[in-house]
Amino acid sequence: MPMKIGEKPFFGRVDDALEKTFMRTAMASAQDRLRGRKLDATVRDEQIGDWEEWRSAGEEIRRHTLENLDYYLNQLSENFSRKGGHVYFADTAEDATRYIQEVAKKKNAKKVTKAKSMVTEEIGLNEALEEIGCQVFETDLAEYILQIDDHDRPSHIVVPSLHKNKEQIRDTFRDKAGYTGTEEPRELTAFARSQLREVFLEADIGITGCNFAVAESGTISLVTNEGNANMVTTYPDTQISVMGMERLVPTWEELDVMVNLLSRSAVGQKITTYVTNLTPQLEENSVDAPKEFHLVILDAGRSNALGTEFQSALHCIRCAACVNVCPVYRHIGGHAYGSIYQGPIGAVLSPILGGYDEYGELPFASSLCAACSEACPVRIPLHEQLIRHRENYVAQKGKMSEKLAMKAFGIGASTPSLFQGAVKGLPAIMKPLVKDDGISSGPGPMKLWTAVREFPVPEKNNFRSWFKSHKQEGES
Amino acid sequence: MAEGIVHNKDAFLNRIASKLGRERTEAVVLPKWKHQPQWEVFKNDGADDLLGTFRKSSMAKSALVIQTERANLAATVKEAIEKYGGGLVVTTKDRRFAEYGLESLLADSKTHVWDAGLGKRNIEIAKQANIGVIFSDISLAESGTIVQFNDKDIARSVSLLPVTYIAIVPQSTLVPRMTQATQMVHQAAAEGKDISTCINFISGPSNSADIEMDIVIGVHGPVEAVHIVVADK
Ligand code: SF4
Repeated sequence: MPMKIGEKPFFGRVDDALEKTFMRTAMASAQDRLRGRKLDATVRDEQIGDWEEWRSAGEEIRRHTLENLDYYLNQLSENFSRKGGHVYFADTAEDATRYIQEVAKKKNAKKVTKAKSMVTEEIGLNEALEEIGCQVFETDLAEYILQIDDHDRPSHIVVPSLHKNKEQIRDTFRDKAGYTGTEEPRELTAFARSQLREVFLEADIGITGCNFAVAESGTISLVTNEGNANMVTTYPDTQISVMGMERLVPTWEELDVMVNLLSRSAVGQKITTYVTNLTPQLEENSVDAPKEFHLVILDAGRSNALGTEFQSALHCIRCAACVNVCPVYRHIGGHAYGSIYQGPIGAVLSPILGGYDEYGELPFASSLCAACSEACPVRIPLHEQLIRHRENYVAQKGKMSEKLAMKAFGIGASTPSLFQGAVKGLPAIMKPLVKDDGISSGPGPMKLWTAVREFPVPEKNNFRSWFKSHKQEGES
Repeated sequence: MAEGIVHNKDAFLNRIASKLGRERTEAVVLPKWKHQPQWEVFKNDGADDLLGTFRKSSMAKSALVIQTERANLAATVKEAIEKYGGGLVVTTKDRRFAEYGLESLLADSKTHVWDAGLGKRNIEIAKQANIGVIFSDISLAESGTIVQFNDKDIARSVSLLPVTYIAIVPQSTLVPRMTQATQMVHQAAAEGKDISTCINFISGPSNSADIEMDIVIGVHGPVEAVHIVVADK
């Protein structure tokens, strides 16, 4: 699935999302649980000392690495290839998929297993492989659920099937895969295990993303829980790992810090069940290891952020902590973002990767409450970057008529005050509303989003009715 | 493998450098980090403290912990195998089995010792096996983690395919946390040594919380895990 999801304009997608009550409650309760677990494993875990120190450590490492990105990528590439691995530097998503298609063709590959990876979603790899006749198996439970539900779209970067409840999953398994059991997660999971068991062993190619690459040794590190990534990287003769070009650390010592930040922030674990570190090997003498190892390093718009005010967006380690505290995400859900990257980081990253024409409205999907920046384990000033994006977007669109600009927003001429409110609020947007608690503060600059600023939102002031009445006001 | 092929590197890296507003950097010195909280964790803990922490963390990750003396290790392993249903057992090929007096386990007719010479047949056996027995190379107290440096003998499959893995954890392998383990690997890499093709940090049975955030133990890897800590000092 490529980065872009759906064709509807942003506010149309918001409407769609708000129709789905289950999805909203599911999102809210999942958010609460993820957030609670993260707090238990971070600020509330006395064993690790001051969490703020860890965040500073993460920030410091990421900044240095990105400032010297060319150097460390070169080091990674040299070490990886010295040990027999092949490296492909892909300028675009198309370059990456073309290279992987070529490898698959050369290997005459029929079956491909995949571990969870947002970057392969971003480049639309499954479609590209299916195009040349490969059968692609998603093996992460959440991705598996989406895949058998006719390629449903991911709604969360850590748990892509977050919008589905167990009954829906049971029905999908029943309708699409002949499942006859109950909606018990244990039973559903066992079904996925039995369906994929043989596939793991038969696959010709195993494909993974990359949580972190280690430059000093040419190693790919995968941070997972289900054991599927191990299956994917152990049995096929060929392994292909795809990484965003920013996803690396200089040495194993920094890997330690980053894995700790990621495990705790993403899923509230001291460490995930598996941290699997794979380095190509010169001697092909292991029975259960790939014989060929390819690393695809992807730009695909990332370099747009280098040397700009958005460079630190590339520090992101995809933990979704910002998503899990975002009141806007809570109410509109992941699909409304129309990008495989949702929530605050999605709103920052998508316009960098895909441009303002496609994603320029996403930065407005924020109350600027700054909870995201506070939650981020590597201290990316997300809400400030959202403001910069808004400024850029409006500056770019400013040249067009208001009507056209409204169209660009997908709001249509029927809701002028909504749009005017948004644009006229701009001077105020320049001043972020950050309070110590980072969640709730004075009146927001963007009226459209301020009604959902409180976290959690009281029932009587729900976003849906607010959004509706505001739209009507606009029409009168 | 011969040396791998690298495509499109220079154009790619030159673009990065130019976006960063400079020429390509030839040498970068890793700074001394201002923030290093990782070294403070369990800094003053002795062996017993670490053991206590390892026990608790292993249990939190749904791994059973058994403590034993070297003299009783063989009996303890046997008991654990029976407790988890017996049947076919697969082990890595590791001289520590002999060093720790586990020859009887290896000699058992229901035990298969990984033998790279047998090729893929090993995988078939490991797939059928109920239990995989391995040694931990480094063990992390903070998270109840065992570390394996996999190679052709310390095969990845042994802790992955069977329903249960039993890890023998020599107490001397206990360190506070991942920091000490990665430091060792870093030193090896810095000295130009080849590091293991798969360095696997494993903390208990495989699991998932992807369905309504409910934790289910046992997904694609093992369903049960046992950590047998053996005093070895
Ligand atoms: S921006 Fe920060 S909090 Fe959000 S996903 Fe990235 S690292 Fe995590």
